[in-house]
Amino acid sequence: MANQANTELLLEISGIHKRFGGLCALNDVALSINKGEIYGLIGPNGAGKTTLFNVLTGLYQPDEGKFTFKGIDLFRQKPNVVVDSGIARTFQNIRLFHNMTALENVMVGRHVRTKAGVIGAVFRNPGTRVEEAAIKARSLELLDYVGIRKHAEEHAKNLSYGDQRRLEIARALATDPQLLALDEPAAGMNGKETDDLKRLMEKIRADGVTILLIEHDVKLMMGLCDRIAVLDYGKKIAEGVPEVVKNDPRVIEAYLGATPD
Amino acid sequence: MLTFSKKNKVTAYIGMAVFAVVLAVLPFIMGATLGNTWVRNLDLAMLYIMLALGLNIVVGYAGLLDLGYIAFYAVGAYVYALLNSPHLVPLLAGTGFEWILHMPLLVVLPLAALMAGLFGVLLGSPTLKLRGDYLAIVTLGFGEIVRLFMNNLDRPINITNGPQGVNLIEPVSLFGHKFSQAITVFGVEFRSVHLYYYLFLALALMIIVVSIRLQSSRIGRAWVAIREDEIAAQAMGINTRNVKLLAFAMGASFGGVSGAMFASFQGFVSPESFILMESIVVLAMVVLGGMGHIPGVILGAILLFLTPEVLRDVVNPLQDKLLGERVVNPENLRMLLFGLALIFVMLVRPEGLWPSKRRKAELHEKDEKAAAEAAEKESAHG
Ligand SMILES: Nc1ncnc2c1ncn2[C@@H]1O[C@H](COP(=O)(O)OP(=O)(O)OP(=O)(O)O)[C@@H](O)[C@H]1O
Ligand SMILES: [Mg+2]
Repeated sequence: MANQANTELLLEISGIHKRFGGLCALNDVALSINKGEIYGLIGPNGAGKTTLFNVLTGLYQPDEGKFTFKGIDLFRQKPNVVVDSGIARTFQNIRLFHNMTALENVMVGRHVRTKAGVIGAVFRNPGTRVEEAAIKARSLELLDYVGIRKHAEEHAKNLSYGDQRRLEIARALATDPQLLALDEPAAGMNGKETDDLKRLMEKIRADGVTILLIEHDVKLMMGLCDRIAVLDYGKKIAEGVPEVVKNDPRVIEAYLGATPD
Repeated sequence: MLTFSKKNKVTAYIGMAVFAVVLAVLPFIMGATLGNTWVRNLDLAMLYIMLALGLNIVVGYAGLLDLGYIAFYAVGAYVYALLNSPHLVPLLAGTGFEWILHMPLLVVLPLAALMAGLFGVLLGSPTLKLRGDYLAIVTLGFGEIVRLFMNNLDRPINITNGPQGVNLIEPVSLFGHKFSQAITVFGVEFRSVHLYYYLFLALALMIIVVSIRLQSSRIGRAWVAIREDEIAAQAMGINTRNVKLLAFAMGASFGGVSGAMFASFQGFVSPESFILMESIVVLAMVVLGGMGHIPGVILGAILLFLTPEVLRDVVNPLQDKLLGERVVNPENLRMLLFGLALIFVMLVRPEGLWPSKRRKAELHEKDEKAAAEAAEKESAHG
């Protein structure tokens, strides 16, 4: 597993605060993710997990804190800069481009790694044509990778729920991320789909992409994650290997509520 | 884009050849059957096609509602007018800048496009965070501001000549031939309106090709992504600010080209040609034809431009004949029918007359959602 001797730090945040009016959705959150691990993030509803994702991907600007990725300072950077640096994500409530085909969705993901502008589009010079062909080839490859190549030409909204989740992963992978942040990818999936998804995540990790994962499915998390952090009311209340976190009294309390005795 | 099998390819080529011939002889057929005003109308229709295709980039592709689009047409028109008329001569006399006047078309036209594009960025930058209704209001204001500037920039220095407009604009001159003069080739007389027709046709075709190519490009995909879901587009690493500005600039530059041609064609421009109503008409062309779908937008432009012209030709003679006097002003009737037609089309075919598959899917999606919600309510009550 990942927490071995030669671990390399990939992402590090500390002292992150995010307030919405009076509500402190993230309160002094710190965590560090090592290269190659699957890092789990759990916590009760409204704990601030998605908010943390939004901060990590530049969609929300944190009020305070530090945020570095591969040593690059990403504090309060724009989403496109964050993606360019190598962080990609999926959304808890699927946000595909519904009326584009599955293939086009993934092709949009290649935007950040390609260059063609208006001039290239209009004149279709050899360079642009080669790039466009490469975008398409890579996107098809990724559809294949997540197992939905046969749906390439279908509109995203016509895919089954599980396939939409897979498409979101393919689209995120198209940005060539080093860190893939998945917000409840198994939500609404049946047992078989969840198993498939687990295998997919293991494959992605084996291919060198670090994964940050939010999930409510405890069994899945325990079997999959190298380390887990627990958020409650915007605060990190525990962190560590699954076995330890599972038995941490604060975690049990957060999930079950304070027990009378 | 489309792929044809071999047999279909041949048919497609034949079809294209026939279409090209029709386009080539169209002004002569029009002239012979309906008179030269109709050739003129054909020319103006081309200008509207260019305008509508430009607005289509902003509204249809990127999904940004723009109610001040005619401002870019105005900018193009004034760039051409000022650089190709005697109006600026006194102002420039002795400054050493006289050379900017009477530059060749191949310089002025890109310049007009560039200038309009810059205005597009100027409009775009403060509106980047706005969406929907708010964006519409700001762009509407922008259109009015540009018109008011043109109306009032005659003092303290007379740049635009105010409400009187700019006169004596030179016609286009290409390969040493002034378009105001007829030319005879192989015994066929090409008049000024014919020459303009071919020039405008060429420009319109160019804009169509650019539109098509943009649509199926990396940039075009980014535009659609922003229209579909701006947050997701950001999260995919699209620099939404730049990509939106690009849409404004591209759309505006098409408008600038069209405006420059309008100025040379008319020989006269004044702020009156660039009122809000014109912006609305162009927007109606895009929406009625089918947002984001090039053939639809062209159809919309042709229909909405030509229908009023037909009415003008029909209503008065008809009234004379039937009533012996003119009761209804064709201009008013035109607006009435225009409004009715729009309402009707939007009720019956909200996706436009000739929509793209994607757009159709979008509206259909809303229907499905509404139906699903209705069903849900039903079951909740039952
Ligand atoms: N844009 C926002 N404006 C105001 N409050 C917000 C905003 N986004 C999140 N919040 C609040 O921040 C808190 C944390 O929400 P968040 O979505 O991060 O929780 P979560 O841990 O992802 O929960 P869940 O498991 O239900 O997805 C909630 O109280 C939520 O209402
Ligand atoms: Mg959440």
